[in-house]
Amino acid sequence: MSEPSARLNPTCFQELILTLQDYWARQGCLILQPFDMEMGAGTFHTATTLRALGPKAWYAAYVQPSRRPADGRYGDNPMRLQHYYQFQAILKPSPPDILERYLGSLEAIGIDTTLHDIRFVEDDWESPTLGAWGLGWEVWCDGSEISQFTYFQQVGGIDVDLVSGEITYGLERLAMYLFDKKSIFDLPFNRADSEVPLTYGDVFLQNEREQSAYNFEHADTDMLFRHFADAEKECGRLIERRLPLPAYEQCIKASHCFNLLDARGVISVTERQSYILRVRDLAKACCEAWLVTQKKEAA
Amino acid sequence: MAELLLELLSEEIPARMQARAADDLKRLVGEGLKAAGLEFKDARAFATSRRLALVVDGLPTARADVSEERRGPRVGAPEQAVQGFLKATGLSSLDQAEKRDTGKGEFWFAVIAKKGGPTAEALPGIIDAAMKALPWPKSMKWGSGTMTWVRPLQSIIALFDGKVLAGEVAPGGAMAPIRFGDATRGHRFLSRGAIKVAGFEDYVAKLRAAHVMLDPAERKKIVLAEAEKLCAEAQVALKTDDGLLEEVAGLVEWPVPLLGTIDAQFMDVPAEVLTVSMRTHQRYFVTSKKDGALANRFVVVANNVARDGGKTIVDGNERVLRSRLADAKFFWNQDRKVRLEERLPALKDMVFHARLGTQADRVARIEILADKLAAYVPGADSAQAILAAHLCKADLRSGMVGEFPELQGVMGRYYALEEKLPAAIADAIGDHYAPAGPNDRCPSAPVSVVVALADKLDALTSFWAIGEKPTGSRDPYALRRAALGIIRIVVENDIRLPLKKFFDADDLMAFFADRLKVQMREKGVRHDVVDAVFALGGEDDLVRLLARVEAVQAFLATEAGKNLLTAYGRAANIVRAEEKKDKTLASRIAGAPDVTLMEQTEEKAVASALADIERLVKPALQREDFAGAMRAFADLRGPIDSFFEKVTVNVAEKPDLRLNRLKLLNQIRATMDSVADFSRIEG
Repeated sequence: MSEPSARLNPTCFQELILTLQDYWARQGCLILQPFDMEMGAGTFHTATTLRALGPKAWYAAYVQPSRRPADGRYGDNPMRLQHYYQFQAILKPSPPDILERYLGSLEAIGIDTTLHDIRFVEDDWESPTLGAWGLGWEVWCDGSEISQFTYFQQVGGIDVDLVSGEITYGLERLAMYLFDKKSIFDLPFNRADSEVPLTYGDVFLQNEREQSAYNFEHADTDMLFRHFADAEKECGRLIERRLPLPAYEQCIKASHCFNLLDARGVISVTERQSYILRVRDLAKACCEAWLVTQKKEAA
Repeated sequence: MAELLLELLSEEIPARMQARAADDLKRLVGEGLKAAGLEFKDARAFATSRRLALVVDGLPTARADVSEERRGPRVGAPEQAVQGFLKATGLSSLDQAEKRDTGKGEFWFAVIAKKGGPTAEALPGIIDAAMKALPWPKSMKWGSGTMTWVRPLQSIIALFDGKVLAGEVAPGGAMAPIRFGDATRGHRFLSRGAIKVAGFEDYVAKLRAAHVMLDPAERKKIVLAEAEKLCAEAQVALKTDDGLLEEVAGLVEWPVPLLGTIDAQFMDVPAEVLTVSMRTHQRYFVTSKKDGALANRFVVVANNVARDGGKTIVDGNERVLRSRLADAKFFWNQDRKVRLEERLPALKDMVFHARLGTQADRVARIEILADKLAAYVPGADSAQAILAAHLCKADLRSGMVGEFPELQGVMGRYYALEEKLPAAIADAIGDHYAPAGPNDRCPSAPVSVVVALADKLDALTSFWAIGEKPTGSRDPYALRRAALGIIRIVVENDIRLPLKKFFDADDLMAFFADRLKVQMREKGVRHDVVDAVFALGGEDDLVRLLARVEAVQAFLATEAGKNLLTAYGRAANIVRAEEKKDKTLASRIAGAPDVTLMEQTEEKAVASALADIERLVKPALQREDFAGAMRAFADLRGPIDSFFEKVTVNVAEKPDLRLNRLKLLNQIRATMDSVADFSRIEG
């Protein structure tokens, strides 16, 4: 299968990313770049949500900056961020040895399975806004959750043709575990012996403070409600024109507006459900339109 | 006689599904074997986190030919019925069936000759059918396939009499079939390569060598024994926990219990918080000191024999626990800075139910109920009860309960104690969700009783008012549990509570009655006695109701009770039979008989006994001395027996006398029915 990785035992955040990219590239994955819009998780990337549908095989891996406005803590909480990174690998159709390949990635980043206790604990995944669900596990290393593993069954409310195996590493959490840090902000971003050694806090602490203030205090809610409505309308219009990719970007936009409004606390519990359903309807329509293009191409 | 060994290896099976799946596999294969006429001696099934295994002993290696007859539809039946019959019997047309007259008309019959032959030929079909029928709570597709299983299926061992059965399972799509074989894999990390096995004994032995303990019972035993040994060495006591043991045994194939230590800085956080973190989130066993207090050691069960003896694993787990508890300690410190009272406004933002308002609205209702209820609970200070009700939901807005919802109530109690509120109030806040089930502790302190009752009464009456009543298996707001909770609190604390003062919906009272019946039946009370007492209607005091049930049951167990019941039955039967013939009779025989019309001493004796009894029974019932009332009835038995021996009731030539005697019998019935409806008692 694969050559032993050239980059065993990362010592800092960026080496962790490089090692995972290197490993999954050796597994035949495309190494993609992050999607250039605000989104809540790597799953929203078209490389996962849309590519999980349709009859074509697809192996890809990428880092996705993920924004969860309500998780902001002004940089005061050592374990919570409103902006963090996920590393995502998606293998469609899931190969029979996908778990072994995943375990190989752990070896690559320096988790020695002769020393540690790796466990697969039932954890089914569901994204109400994407109308998606799958079965899988949280992966525990010595009691700490280091990855999520999901076999997609439905996306956009549609049964998948080929099942994708999706592996998500929460990079900060994994790095805290690997590098034994109690605070995200103390993580070494690059190598300690670099010319300019920097921590995660050096790079992102100010961002957490300012963005938390924006998310909780300053975001213009009237504007966001407007943006949500505009994105929703635009998405519908683009679906009619059979342009699923630009339509889906509007769905992502609406979803992020909703997350910001939610963080500002201006959406009541009852309204909340209806907003989630509205985003889900957009996602569903985009997925359906995308599937039409995929089936056409395959035919 | 031969052995069948089946193993289904897959990716990790959720712990909670394993035991049931093993049972289902055994049942389904067993049924398949029986349907094929294959008797066997014994079948045993096992599950680990990666495999289901089944061994069937004592199967014949071959079966004889058998012929089986099946009756089909009537000759001339609609085409659909005929097609169904052909499909079910495997015939291609009716030409292959026979017409036979059964005496009830002409029917089609199929005579199906079942070829016997080697058992090995029948088994693959049986295995395949069992796998298709196995009801996983949740199952999935994988790869390009269409087959569903709990997680991707990897290999199958199917050995009969030491030989691999010819068969396979096709996942579908572009995936290769999974052929029946004789090989499996051992522990994910402690074993490499395929393992070939010859039969069950060999399988178990080779798995053990490959660090897989097949039998869940053995894994549990090892976990418990090793954990207790570790605890003994550390001079702490393991808190046994069957649910956790079951789960942990399902998460590992080779259990390795290890002892970890809780960082000292967290030991001042409430024990419940530490326990939730460890038990629920980390699946650790907690330990206690000699005085019962939580000890600073925990047991984690690893699935690996690490080459450093588990040091890294323990370090890692201690680290995770540290960060979880740091969170908990942070909340504990933060939460104590805010008084419960100050959290109340935020309850206005918490929707309880779209049509029942917010938690603040709910608290307002609970307060009113607490005030009203306090009058019925001896020793309850109503001001304290109202304050406890006022604060009982405040902890829902604390950071700790936000993070650990299962600590609701428990944290409210701690925060109330921190504020130096009276212990009775703090305890009432802590207890007000109890009892959460039949085995949960039931509140007994007066203020706790009031608030716990108010919480449940509010839930029941509120959901009732908006028509959200439990139906069949659907009870999303756990109203059955609420009603059972009220029953337990009232009965166990002997609280005289007229429920009708708190609601007037008849069907809610009936809902209580049903819960009470179920509960009493479980305690071995005769259901007909329960029915007889309930049939009186109008009773809303559960304590009085139960006292009556007990008295009637006790009386019926005596010789006098049994005889009187027979007499009652005779009296009631005669009256009922006459009432049937004459619809106007019922109204004419109501009321007391006329003594001056009585001719025989036996009827006079009954009348006078009845008068005596009524003099005794009425006040006894008023005193709620149900046993006393029942004893009074014992005196009725002699006169009634003589009456039936000597007196003819239906004297056709004297209509007035007949009517008067029927009145007398009716009065026997009426007097006894004032205690319970004896017509519902089964002799």
